Amino acid sequence: MIQLKNIEKVYRTDTVETQALNNINLRVAKGEFLSIMGPSGCGKSTLLNIMGLLDAPSKGDILIDAQQTLSLNDRKLANFRNSKIGFIFQSYHLINDLQVVDNVELPLLYRNSSAKERRMLATEALEKVGLSNRIHHFPTQLSGGQKQRVAIARAIVGRPEIILADEPTGNLDSAMGNEIMNILLELNRVEGTTIVMVTHDPNMAQRTHRLLRLFDGSQVQ
Amino acid sequence: MFKNYFKIAIAVLKRRKFFTFISLFGISFTLTILIVLTAFMEVLLSPAYPDVNRNRELFINSLELTNKDGSYMMKGRASFYFVNNFVSKMKTPEKLTMHSSRSTTNAYPNDRKLSVDLMYSDLAFWDVYQFKFLEGKPFNAQQLKNAEQVVVISEDMVHKYFGEGVPAVGKEVEVNNLKYRVIGVVKTVPSTLIYIHSDIYLPYTLAANTLKGTSLTGGYVVTLLAHSSADLPAIQEEYQQLLKKVPHPEKYHDLLSSYADTYLESFTRDVLGRSGSSGRDRFFLLMATVIFIFLLLPTVNLMNINVSRIMERSSEIGVRKAFGASSRTLVGQFLVENMILTVLGGCIGLILSLLIISILNSSGIIANLSLKINFTVLCYSLLACLVFGLISGVYPAWRMSKLNVVTALKANN
Repeated sequence: MIQLKNIEKVYRTDTVETQALNNINLRVAKGEFLSIMGPSGCGKSTLLNIMGLLDAPSKGDILIDAQQTLSLNDRKLANFRNSKIGFIFQSYHLINDLQVVDNVELPLLYRNSSAKERRMLATEALEKVGLSNRIHHFPTQLSGGQKQRVAIARAIVGRPEIILADEPTGNLDSAMGNEIMNILLELNRVEGTTIVMVTHDPNMAQRTHRLLRLFDGSQVQ
Repeated sequence: MFKNYFKIAIAVLKRRKFFTFISLFGISFTLTILIVLTAFMEVLLSPAYPDVNRNRELFINSLELTNKDGSYMMKGRASFYFVNNFVSKMKTPEKLTMHSSRSTTNAYPNDRKLSVDLMYSDLAFWDVYQFKFLEGKPFNAQQLKNAEQVVVISEDMVHKYFGEGVPAVGKEVEVNNLKYRVIGVVKTVPSTLIYIHSDIYLPYTLAANTLKGTSLTGGYVVTLLAHSSADLPAIQEEYQQLLKKVPHPEKYHDLLSSYADTYLESFTRDVLGRSGSSGRDRFFLLMATVIFIFLLLPTVNLMNINVSRIMERSSEIGVRKAFGASSRTLVGQFLVENMILTVLGGCIGLILSLLIISILNSSGIIANLSLKINFTVLCYSLLACLVFGLISGVYPAWRMSKLNVVTALKANN
């Protein structure tokens, strides 16, 4: 499903050069739930961003569904992300000016879907995460756990094959974190969604199919 | 999608009320000024009562006498001698009329001091200009020839001198210690019609001192009425040919120049005309420059505010990009949002303009002013709104769309 070949990422300023990722080779199979762990600053989020085509590597290739992605232009890349990948962020990144349902509809705005269809799919996604009674609330009226569930609904509303989650339980207490983890596991199990999750929590990582450890930008196992 | 943009735009406007106020104030204030100014220009330049034939009129506003080395110059209106002996012989105009410049004097009805404007005219004046007579009629050829002490006065003059609704024909008005019999009352000419607005119209034969002498310059403006606007160039040509035949008795002047100009050119030539050019093109260039600068200020202000708002919304930009918005889509979204802001500013500007125009019309600051927003002005204002929205939105939108997703997402963390 996802294949990373010899990925390197170097951040350069006028005086400093920082190697964020070093020769990463990785295959994520369809339907797999992979977790990535490592100390802060080891390159986990960078790797996830590169996998999600939000950032470009300094070297190497990224293939998703056997398709080369680095040669795609801005428009094609946007379409590719829209149809294949859903993102969940540690700090939710909901748009506070929009109601919950409008936030969830967001990925569908960039497809040819009618307003009615968008509303239906968004409501369905919110039902899946148990928030159908909050669709007209604004994000500021929700708890952290509820916000993350909205973020999950937004990630799954377009039925992407891949979900990339960057510390989705990082801002939540353990009970809330478990709830979110259960939703992700359910998604993976029932829908067969491929999930790559960055986490600091070994308990969460233990519940996934496979664990990738990073240290100073390199794979350690 | 537009509904979503609209919701966001309104939410953004509500979120930063002070910025919104500054933006809306800049747009609406500028548009108000533009609308009111264009309404003024419209009133000044468009045919209006009683000058309804302006599209086929030419005006001889001034004569200039110079010597060849340009060291001596005399400029003034046309004299009776010049009009009577030369201009009146012209063949191409359908009609021509001569009337004096307006002069202001005082009258003292019931021991009240009243400032009144006087204008002397010929008979054709009442043919060329379509005055509406509320009472009586204009002076006739006999009265003109005999220099009878008769006057046509404006409705406003009736109100000021006799009182509102009082019949004036047959009554006397006393101006400059001379008594005149009122023979007609006309609907008042707006003061924006600079050449023909007056309170009192008298036969030119009453200005006996202007009828003597052979000087070319004097105190009269000539209006030449063509059969159609297509005849205007021929009239102008005939006038130039005529000038060549006019002898110059003045000792120090050997060059006579004068022009039969359209209404606008008759003003622009005085201020902006250079060596024979009417100054009309310079006038339009000047107006365009002023409007451009005037529009540029709020545009730059709005652009600046927009750029600073980008960082506020970088998380949203990052999210939208992550979920499939291309740079072009984001530019589109931001432009739509900006257009909503400018259209809103435009609507406020329009309302403010209506308010100011209504106040100006009823205040009496400018007598008989009748400003109005017409369709053309409205269209130009809406166009100005669009230009505002586009110019002030394009650069910030472009910058926004170029934000790196990861950087954008991190910015608000």
